[in-house]
Amino acid sequence: MNLFKIAFKNILFRPLNTSLSLILLSFGVGIISLLLLLEVQLREEFDRNIKDIDLVLGAKGSPLQLILANVYHIDAPTGNINLKEAQRVMRHPYIKEAIPLAYGDNYNRFRIVGTEHNYPAHYGVELKEGKLWSAKFEATIGADVAKNTGLKIGDQFYSAHGLTDNADIHTDKAFTVVGIFENSNSVIDQLILTEISSIWGVHEEHDEAHADGEEHEEPEREITAVLLKKKNPLAIITLPSFIKETNMQIALPSVEINRLNENFGIGMSTLKWVAILIMIISFISVFISLYNSLKQRKYELALMRSMGGRKGKLFAMLLLEGSIMVIIGIFLGLILSRIALLILSGALENQFHYDISNAGLLINEVKLILITIFVGVLASLLPAIQAVRIDISKTLSDA
Amino acid sequence: MDLKFWVLLSMLVAKDLKFTYSTGPSFSFPDFSCGKEEQLLLLGESGKGKTTLLHLLAGMLKASSGTLELMETDLRNLSAGELDRFRGEHIGIVFQTAHFVESLNVEDNLIMPQYLCSKKIDRQKAKTILSRLNLEHKLKEFPKNLSVGEQQRVAIARALMNDPQVILADEPTSALDDKNAMEVIQLLEEQAKATGAALVIVTHDQRLKDHVQKHIQL
Repeated sequence: MNLFKIAFKNILFRPLNTSLSLILLSFGVGIISLLLLLEVQLREEFDRNIKDIDLVLGAKGSPLQLILANVYHIDAPTGNINLKEAQRVMRHPYIKEAIPLAYGDNYNRFRIVGTEHNYPAHYGVELKEGKLWSAKFEATIGADVAKNTGLKIGDQFYSAHGLTDNADIHTDKAFTVVGIFENSNSVIDQLILTEISSIWGVHEEHDEAHADGEEHEEPEREITAVLLKKKNPLAIITLPSFIKETNMQIALPSVEINRLNENFGIGMSTLKWVAILIMIISFISVFISLYNSLKQRKYELALMRSMGGRKGKLFAMLLLEGSIMVIIGIFLGLILSRIALLILSGALENQFHYDISNAGLLINEVKLILITIFVGVLASLLPAIQAVRIDISKTLSDA
Repeated sequence: MDLKFWVLLSMLVAKDLKFTYSTGPSFSFPDFSCGKEEQLLLLGESGKGKTTLLHLLAGMLKASSGTLELMETDLRNLSAGELDRFRGEHIGIVFQTAHFVESLNVEDNLIMPQYLCSKKIDRQKAKTILSRLNLEHKLKEFPKNLSVGEQQRVAIARALMNDPQVILADEPTSALDDKNAMEVIQLLEEQAKATGAALVIVTHDQRLKDHVQKHIQL
């Protein structure tokens, strides 16, 4: 027999009161902890993929779209740009490194990106098997692509027009898988990389098929975007005016992502307030639950006093009851947020090919736990004080 | 016989006991004493301050004036904390209606007095006392599942757990029918004798008059 056992049995004895408090507490803690987790994971994910990309060159349109489409591959591209014009920027003395990207096709919703070998090298992605592409229609595929499509080295596949469906398949030119990348937690995992000329190759044939019989000039070579690393900070100021006369624009990933976070942030903080509200209600519920049971248990407490129970012991017992409830609530809340994160991560992976599932305890969550325990104990303090102040004689003779 | 002599023989001595409630009612009680293994019936109609007297004896109320000694200890000189401890260790109380810690089973309720007085927990003793009352099979039962008579017997068992020198009973039979009332009073007498305790019963129940020889009318 100890105080913990008595307190625990008392909690279990009032299952309805207890469940209400626990449900509210765990939802409050769960939502806040989920928000904290999402915030950190998304930021890490975004930061990992920006990785030293200072500027993105692409067609005019929304700069945010340009970044999302070309750095994260989660949006449609703004359009294509002229290769010759792009090369003028790529060879600019202020630019240290340039990674050209050309795409527009997919295989089972995984983007086929024409680029150069410095693209996977930029993210430090290593080959798991096979080799990097070296000729037209050779492809090296990301780890998630291999996992989801089951493509192996030597397999052939046809690309489909567009980025999202398999409706319009180019059946004339087959790609051959020559290599598979190691998992890297970067966008490369979700991409099929190939020569830029393969993308042109597919569409030349494609265009010819549609422009049947028409006079056909040698097409102007186009690409989708160029990821740039600057050599000189002046690049940010100089380059926009350098491309003024073209249909191109330059966007800064860090600026656009901050803007996105700010907009996102409004939703996040609204949710946070909702969660805080739920927690306040749950504290009130813990308080009412203890206070109500106190009314029913007044005689019981007086009885314990009459059997020699010291005030301090009863005080500790009631405080313990509140604390046990709060701690169970926190525990359930943390489990809840992990389950929600797992489900969300599955959904995100399907929609955006993004994986977020690493779920350790965050520093902010430790703060959340400490604050919750503190307020929880505070909520059970008043009933506990009330309990030790009861008049034994009066309570026992009133019953 | 003078008071000194009585004190030596007595577990309980009350003299010139008066109590006034802050809300008005005031009670004066006759002098009485009760020796080791002796049984005393304090009889009185409603409004005579029976429960008040029992609470005074149990140290749950403090007398306005007069002397009240239990085992040569003047209860009026003890602090609230000391009173709780004294009561837990030396006094077993049986109330008019049996109450329990609802969330605990009979066994845990029985060891509650030991736990609350920080004594060694003796579950075997709970079993032994309960079997003396023919309730051994109810050990794991929850109190609310017992009949009223059984509840009162368990309450008596609980009052015996710390081997009290004084057992106080507040109307232990008034809620019971004749058969149960006789059983309970016999039980109280037997158990008080078995543990060598003084038994003080406060009641208006005239049925008990024939059972207990020493009465005092309030």
